[in-house]
Amino acid sequence: MKITLNNNPETVDAEHLTLQELIEYKNFTFRLLVTKVNGSLIKKEDRIITEVRDGDNVAVIHLISGG
Amino acid sequence: MTFREIRSILKKKTVGIAGAGGLGSNCAVALARVGIGKIIVCDFDVITKDNLNRQYYFHEQLGQKKVFALEENILFINPAVKVEPHVIKLNPESIRTIFKKCDVIVEAFDRADMKQMIIETVLGYFPNTPLVAGLGMAGWGDSNSIGMRKIDNLYICGDEKSEIAEQLPPLAPRVGIVAHMQANTVMEILLSN
Repeated sequence: MKITLNNNPETVDAEHLTLQELIEYKNFTFRLLVTKVNGSLIKKEDRIITEVRDGDNVAVIHLISGG
Repeated sequence: MTFREIRSILKKKTVGIAGAGGLGSNCAVALARVGIGKIIVCDFDVITKDNLNRQYYFHEQLGQKKVFALEENILFINPAVKVEPHVIKLNPESIRTIFKKCDVIVEAFDRADMKQMIIETVLGYFPNTPLVAGLGMAGWGDSNSIGMRKIDNLYICGDEKSEIAEQLPPLAPRVGIVAHMQANTVMEILLSN
């Protein structure tokens, strides 16, 4: 499937994945993330039940300390 | 647009700033200089000597609550700005109350878990209010890695990779770049409406 990930086109070798599987597939290992699919905020506990499909727009924001 | 025209727009605007450390204090001062009408600033902390390597405070203000010292410094620069200081450790409930009427909200926390909390709170409860966050600014050098990207109503300023550590402290130059990039983004949002 082809998705948009963090504003960039991304081809993923799967028909569909859960958001949690996509995070693991991409090796996003940060402890704290904010995730959105097609503009909707997806809370951490909902990542395992949220499907990502062809054409979806996914944002994964890494929370980094400092300020 | 002339500065006079810019000021006439900005003086009607309210900006909420969550945190009065390196990002918040420098961003607030920049916004005060260009004539923002009202700044609502929240922080529970007091100024310590360690803060002076990047935060907009002075040696004689050590021990003061940051929000009151920042109000004082802003009014020295531009007495026309209305400052609403809150000594508070923000949580989802207080964010919803205090920042309810803001035109733009600036995320200026230091801890990653607090950044996550405010981003999720604002995206959840105020999806139409722009939120300008600062992510990744530790260390020195590599200015070109610092940028701004937009995801719907969330604007992220920073390099999105440099986490603070003992060997990679947050320091005035890079924290200042991100704080001013946040202030610049706030201006861009407010002047484009």
